[in-house]
Amino acid sequence: MTGQYIIRRLLIMIPVLFGISLIIFTIVRVIPGDPAVVLAGPHATKDVVDQVRVQLGLDQHPVKQYLLFIGNIFKGDLGASNRTGLPVTKEIMARLPYTLLLALASILVATVFGVTAGIIAGVKQNSKFDYLSMLIALFGLSMPVFWLGLMLMLLFSIKLGWFPSVGAESFKHLVLPAITLGANSTAIIARMTRSSMLEVIRLDYIRTARAKGLSEKVVISRHALKNALIPVVTVIGLQTGTLLGGAVLTEIVFAWPGIGRLLVEAILSRDYPVVQGVVLVVATMFIFVNLIVDILYSYLDPRIRYH
Amino acid sequence: MNCPYGVRRESQKNMSLLQVRDLKTYFYTDAGVIKAVDRVSYDLKEGETLGLVGESGCGKSVGALSILRLIPNPPGKIVGGEAIFEGKDLLRISEDEIRQIRGNRIAMIFQEPMTSLNPVLTIGLQIAEALELHRGFDKKGARGEVARLLRMVGIPDAERRINDYPHQFSGGMCQRVMIAMGLSCNPKLLIADEPTTAVDVTIQAQLLEVIKELTSRLGTAVILITHNLGVVARHVNRMAVMYAGRMVEVGPSVEVYAHPRHPYTIGLLASVPRLDQPRKERLVPIDGQPPDLIHLPPGCPFLPRCSRRMERCSVEGPELREVGRDHMVSCWADID
Repeated sequence: MTGQYIIRRLLIMIPVLFGISLIIFTIVRVIPGDPAVVLAGPHATKDVVDQVRVQLGLDQHPVKQYLLFIGNIFKGDLGASNRTGLPVTKEIMARLPYTLLLALASILVATVFGVTAGIIAGVKQNSKFDYLSMLIALFGLSMPVFWLGLMLMLLFSIKLGWFPSVGAESFKHLVLPAITLGANSTAIIARMTRSSMLEVIRLDYIRTARAKGLSEKVVISRHALKNALIPVVTVIGLQTGTLLGGAVLTEIVFAWPGIGRLLVEAILSRDYPVVQGVVLVVATMFIFVNLIVDILYSYLDPRIRYH
Repeated sequence: MNCPYGVRRESQKNMSLLQVRDLKTYFYTDAGVIKAVDRVSYDLKEGETLGLVGESGCGKSVGALSILRLIPNPPGKIVGGEAIFEGKDLLRISEDEIRQIRGNRIAMIFQEPMTSLNPVLTIGLQIAEALELHRGFDKKGARGEVARLLRMVGIPDAERRINDYPHQFSGGMCQRVMIAMGLSCNPKLLIADEPTTAVDVTIQAQLLEVIKELTSRLGTAVILITHNLGVVARHVNRMAVMYAGRMVEVGPSVEVYAHPRHPYTIGLLASVPRLDQPRKERLVPIDGQPPDLIHLPPGCPFLPRCSRRMERCSVEGPELREVGRDHMVSCWADID
């Protein structure tokens, strides 16, 4: 892994983000609905609406609007929210820590439980544990997030009273949303780990390791695991990316103040600057996660070297 | 059925290292039971090199893997027989005991050197593992020993290459690493499962020389599994010919080469070019196909392809019987 490679990857981010900014800029303007009308209210006269439109700068030519948007980005300015008038960066920064916390907690839950269950299920193929964990994984995959969230809330908050149902004040508040959000990823990671393990365990070098007289524990942990985890890391990376940007349902069910909810609110009120800002931030995080995954690869698999 | 080797005075005189008796390894598949190894018996003396010969799927590898209990289970299962090594029946000792023997007293090298080494671990670590496990080396001491072993098998610049990964080695070099790993704990027996099949011809000869030279220096007995009769002629003391999971002929390689007694062995030898005999117009292939191991006919498995068949052959299968000094064959026909 060379520093040069990382720098090149960071430079490639620039055109990618340009593309994303253009796409999102276009898409928000294609959605039916006029921000000026929304903001001015249902009873506003045409004059008021026009006035609002000028205020928002939406009377300008779209090309000019885009250039202004891009130019401001370089100054670290994502514009101001149509609704609150606050800088978009400030709006995002207020919400981002919550999203990061929730996403990381979820992926941690998913990785720990998914990888562990996957390894055991793979090593003990066709055992009771294998069947049971894969059945649970199937549930995890097919259960709608909002439904799981509500059920957990019903059981652990309302019936048992172990965890609070909504809000984000303490660590306890994090538990249920993290499990809800991580359930799907846990299932995906568990299934991936299991199948990868099953594949690796049949390979020649595992037989070599056994022929050396190594115990089954060492064969699995030293010889099989590192190889089996290579595809799993990709999945974990992709899941992390998804969780960072897409926790909308979980955030709504648990009233979690993350950027997922911010995004939905912004879309509903046609708050162009906020939508654009959130999408750009999420995209940037996604690209970074991918870069981290690629770097991790080269640590796991010496055959991969980046130049 | 009697153990054909059981009463031989020969083997008692020359310290028998490994006695395999009536080994049966079956694979239980959806299509039926595959009798991959069926009542195989043979002896191996200390320091001796035995060539295990036969075509693909005849049970050579499975038979050898069974000795170390490395058969994937399911679907494979050792269903009978014994393998006495240094006074212990390898098929009945505990999992811990067999692990003490694997890589230590009996080592194995495999057919595909490139895939037999773990791609994500360094060569040095993979060899050192066996040293730390069986010879009580610590990490630091193992390093020096690994370098010595790599030099022993002819890997140049050994100290530096310890930290390399398998993909940085050629196939031949990987097989040298496997040999170093196999011999690292001075085993009494080395099982080499087609060690040269996957590398090109010039490298084959070099590797066989390395194996031959080192094992004779260390006094290691070798079971050399191969379908290459040329390799057998050059490198082994005795050869055992397998067909359809059974042993059809065993004897000193010189003797088997000069006077093969089983129609299959005769067919095998006629089908390869030989430098020690006048050049013939054409090589003679063995007609027919190897039998389906799930639906073996009663009697001799070689019957459909045999030129010397008799009525008796379709009724009962022949057992190994002595036809010469240390030379056994399983055939009803008396072939001289």
